[in-house]
Amino acid sequence: MLLVYILIVAATAVCAFQAIRANRMLVSAIWLAGTSALVALMIYLIGAPEVAVVELSVGAGLVTVLFVFAINIAGEETYTTPSRLPRPLAWGMVVLSVVLLGWFFLSRTAMPEAIAAPNLSLYEAIWQQRNLDILLQVALIFCGVLGAIGLLSEDKPIEEHPAEVKS
Amino acid sequence: MTLELWNVGLVTILVLLGVGFYGLLISRNLIKMVVALQILAKGAILAMVLAAKLQGWTVIGQSMALTVIVADTIVAVIAMAMAVQIRRHCGTLDVQSLSNLRR
Repeated sequence: MLLVYILIVAATAVCAFQAIRANRMLVSAIWLAGTSALVALMIYLIGAPEVAVVELSVGAGLVTVLFVFAINIAGEETYTTPSRLPRPLAWGMVVLSVVLLGWFFLSRTAMPEAIAAPNLSLYEAIWQQRNLDILLQVALIFCGVLGAIGLLSEDKPIEEHPAEVKS
Repeated sequence: MTLELWNVGLVTILVLLGVGFYGLLISRNLIKMVVALQILAKGAILAMVLAAKLQGWTVIGQSMALTVIVADTIVAVIAMAMAVQIRRHCGTLDVQSLSNLRR
């Protein structure tokens, strides 16, 4: 089983890195969908199937469709000039942050005494315990709809006024 | 949960956070920056689920992870809409040229 886990981690790392490295944005979106699917698999293995299903359908499905749609509208752009930061500096910062984060995790291997978890189902936790989250999600979805309208809206052509032209 | 899964999950979280951070640092394209942000958020979601599982508060962690997934998707939608409008009005998605624009 450990081999399967290692394969999943390696595939996730490759997909995520290719999503950043790919020159064409469409290819990048496909690699991102692969990353999302593998993360969903990992979440399922950890033991949270409900979150895995949502991550798979939203992260790998909806977001990918959205990316492809936006890239079709905005068009592809590739740059030959170097990035904003020198790459060695970026690598150094990433390695430093990952090492610090790993040290932070590993130094806490002795977990604090677990507080007795309430015996709740996911339904009760979402709809009864975390009402504020639900309200927040409704507000966010409303914002998302407004964002989608912005994504779909087009500039009105200024010159086209046939009635005025005829008169 | 076995010890292997805990270790593997930790490595995955670190890889996702590292790659996402690297992408945010080096990307010049607005859409590519959103891709990097998505990878970072996936690492955060995985960390939340794993931490909740380790502490025994699985259900609370799952409900919070669901909120994060929704928020992450909405961020992507709004960022895409902004990128498309910026491309229409300024003609480029390059962050460097956008920051050099003079009005």
